[in-house]
Amino acid sequence: MRVAVAVFPGSNCEHDVVRALGTLGAEPELVWHRETDLEGFDGVVLPGGFAHGDALRTGAIAALSPIMEPVRRMAESGKPVLGICNGFQILCEAGMLPGALIANRDLAFICRFVEVEVVDTGTVLTAAAEPGQMLRIPLNSYEGNWVDPARTGRVVVRYADDPNGSQDRAAAVANEAGNVVGIMPHPERASDPLLGSDDGLVLLEGFVRSLRASVPA
Amino acid sequence: MTTMETPVYAQLGMTEEEYRSVISILGREPRPAELAMYSVMWSEHCSYKSSRAHLRRFPTEAPWVVVGPGENAGVVDIGDGWLAAIRIESHNHPSFVEPYQGAATGVGGILRDVFTMGARPVALWNQIRFGPLDQPRNRYLFNGVVGGIAGYGNAVGVPTLGGEIEFDDCYSGNPLVNVMCLGILRKEQLVLGTAGEPGNVAVLLGAATGRDGIGGASVLASASFDEEAATKRPSVQVGDPFEEKKLIEACLELYERDLVAGIQDLGAAGLSCATSEPAGRAGLGMDVDLDRVHLRETGMTAPEILMSESQERMLAFVRPDNVDEVLEVAERWEIDASVIGTVRADDRLVVSHDGELVADVPAASLADDAPLYHRPVERPGWLDDLWSRPFQPGEVPVIDTLLDLLRQPGVGSAAWAYEQYDHMLFLGTVVGPGHDGSLLRVAGTGKGLAVSTDGNGRLCLLDPRRGSARLVWEAALNVAVTGARPLATVDNLNLGNPEKPEVMWQLVEVVEGISGACEALGIPVVGGNVSLYNETDGADINPTPVVGVLGLADPMPALPPRLDRAEPGMEIWLIGPEPTDNFAGSHLERLHGPAGGRPTAADPEVGLAVIDEAVRLAHVAPVLHDVSDGGLAVTIAEICIASGVGATIELEGTAELFGEDPHRFVAVVTPGWDPPALGRRIGVMGGDSLRIGDESVSVAALAEAWRGAIPEAMRS
Repeated sequence: MRVAVAVFPGSNCEHDVVRALGTLGAEPELVWHRETDLEGFDGVVLPGGFAHGDALRTGAIAALSPIMEPVRRMAESGKPVLGICNGFQILCEAGMLPGALIANRDLAFICRFVEVEVVDTGTVLTAAAEPGQMLRIPLNSYEGNWVDPARTGRVVVRYADDPNGSQDRAAAVANEAGNVVGIMPHPERASDPLLGSDDGLVLLEGFVRSLRASVPA
Repeated sequence: MTTMETPVYAQLGMTEEEYRSVISILGREPRPAELAMYSVMWSEHCSYKSSRAHLRRFPTEAPWVVVGPGENAGVVDIGDGWLAAIRIESHNHPSFVEPYQGAATGVGGILRDVFTMGARPVALWNQIRFGPLDQPRNRYLFNGVVGGIAGYGNAVGVPTLGGEIEFDDCYSGNPLVNVMCLGILRKEQLVLGTAGEPGNVAVLLGAATGRDGIGGASVLASASFDEEAATKRPSVQVGDPFEEKKLIEACLELYERDLVAGIQDLGAAGLSCATSEPAGRAGLGMDVDLDRVHLRETGMTAPEILMSESQERMLAFVRPDNVDEVLEVAERWEIDASVIGTVRADDRLVVSHDGELVADVPAASLADDAPLYHRPVERPGWLDDLWSRPFQPGEVPVIDTLLDLLRQPGVGSAAWAYEQYDHMLFLGTVVGPGHDGSLLRVAGTGKGLAVSTDGNGRLCLLDPRRGSARLVWEAALNVAVTGARPLATVDNLNLGNPEKPEVMWQLVEVVEGISGACEALGIPVVGGNVSLYNETDGADINPTPVVGVLGLADPMPALPPRLDRAEPGMEIWLIGPEPTDNFAGSHLERLHGPAGGRPTAADPEVGLAVIDEAVRLAHVAPVLHDVSDGGLAVTIAEICIASGVGATIELEGTAELFGEDPHRFVAVVTPGWDPPALGRRIGVMGGDSLRIGDESVSVAALAEAWRGAIPEAMRS
């Protein structure tokens, strides 16, 4: 199960994602954003951070990076594509997920644990979770407020309270097929009880399970 | 001189006597670029000319010290082939003039100090001080500083694990913004700020050089403030965390591939410092061609290029056969790089611009020949008067007093600030903000690095020697309650105008206090910073040393103590000496008015025993919490709030409940444990109220007061 972890200039959660996925038996590899070929990978993660310094808008420049072409092809072929935090923003900017992420309601960066509820288990991220399962996972963003005026988004994880004003209290959103998912809180940061929670492993396990399913026979 | 105009050297912040020294070094009048270089390098900020003579008092040696004071950061050996690099700096003056950028560039600068050593920066802390939040300008400064720390730290991708916040009238005209950074590195990756050997090539990496920050070190950081402060805004630099992030990754790759012989960051004094210091340290010189420096704007003069404090720049010294590879790494990380010079075999720093010679000076003279002042020292006459008026509270209503204390922005929750900082990146934060000390795990070693910083201007006003010694003991205890043994200290001495003998006395006393405590603890001072001229319109700040202690938990407790791990039925123990009736410098005193009395002195023998006990208990107790700001009642309340459990406390008396005497901490443990020698059982966890004697209050009410402290004040 080879999974590409895309690295843009300004990404910063790539090593954390590699570490967490590695403990779950996946084979994560860092791939620089100028790469144009992801042949041989079974899925891809766009990690958190500040790709291209959030210039113009969060994710706007990264959505035009060379690596996004093979990421798009992967998504179209049904392989698992996961965007975490800034990765979620990039997927929205690339038009691979509906809606957009704007500044938090209170116009402040939020870094703290939040409670979320899994409301849809039919996606590559939530495949191992129970419907209604409550998870404690850290949020870490300024532009975490998801808006979807067309109301076409598929909300898969919801905040228990309303930390940032996100529409439908959406914490994670999927495409129609469920193989492209963006999540604002960081499951990799809730991967060890020593860090305060290992609830994020349920989500990452679902993703790894989906990777396994997408390995060509 | 017949003209009425201020001479150029004076405009650059130099005295006539200093100007004459330059002439005697050069044997002639300096050229404009040379004068610019001497003026910034000989500024108080860069040369420590008022404090250097006294800083020699610090104990700086221990077997585990790899790099002591004088380099960009202190480095200690933590075993298993790993080193830790640590540094603290101030950005007080820029933050007053422009709070967001001042704080942001403070963060950027401290990061460069650490990754210059070959280390990956893994955590940041900040120690920030403002005037009371009922004044709009203080709210603006506080908001801007926190925003700048968050904006830069989050985007650069290094977690900020909190720090400390103090509010006091004395900081209204002069806020303090100190920043500290910890990095870790493999032994073989250590790099020093040296030019290496003749023939090495100087490669300038990172942001283009512009006109920002010119004279920041001399004009801003080394002078006092008045109403004209806002006109100094162009001397504040502007930060770009994205550029710094790329620069960090590029430099770490250079170190990994062993491509640099030495490297120096461009901070205060810019290129003047980054060329002269590494050359001076190597006993060599350098040819520098300013026409090769990549610039952000046209028409910059040689002095401007040499003095610019544009951020996010590093100067690497590279063997000629490695230059191409270094440029390739820069290209890959999308940063600019220019070859700007070559290391000379002699000791001359020779600078050219527009094809003309603009400077030719002995490289080492810029650092080594800086003036050294033995300024007059005199104990302030008003101190005896302060000592003669101690605060004597008598009996106070317990719950009302506790709630009043929890509502103080300097006592209540700091979450308003630290929840704006990414404090979890790198999956290392085992004990994060909101606790006594931070604890980071060192991957693959079973060890943890603990850090705590402490400052208390009020305590140090009343007795700078006792006060600063207590800061060291408190930081050491804070590190111990995470299971770590103190290993090293860094300090940032924020003081007023050194031209006043009373301020110099405070400096001497503070150095003595820190030195004495470090000697008793057996830990060295591995680095520090001095920020003087913290005065506005003639009023000096309280002497405010900030002390950071780095500790090593070996092994790290399997489940290190945290405030949220108390459960109903657990016993509450108080470990440490009986408190005295001394409230000098305490928050209870602050609540009632002016400071008075002489603070209780630290007791090294007791302090060491208590630290030993804390390290031992960290492996068995679910909760350890030091008794400090607000005293025992606040300590217990914070445990109740974090754990969501009430408690019954069998103690009474103002000194017991609200005194802040040193060397005390609380342990919450499961019944039937082996009680420690210095401990006594003071209560039990349970219910949803905190009961002290005959009075009680719900945990919900405590939480509301404590959580609302800063948000309410910011709304006022």
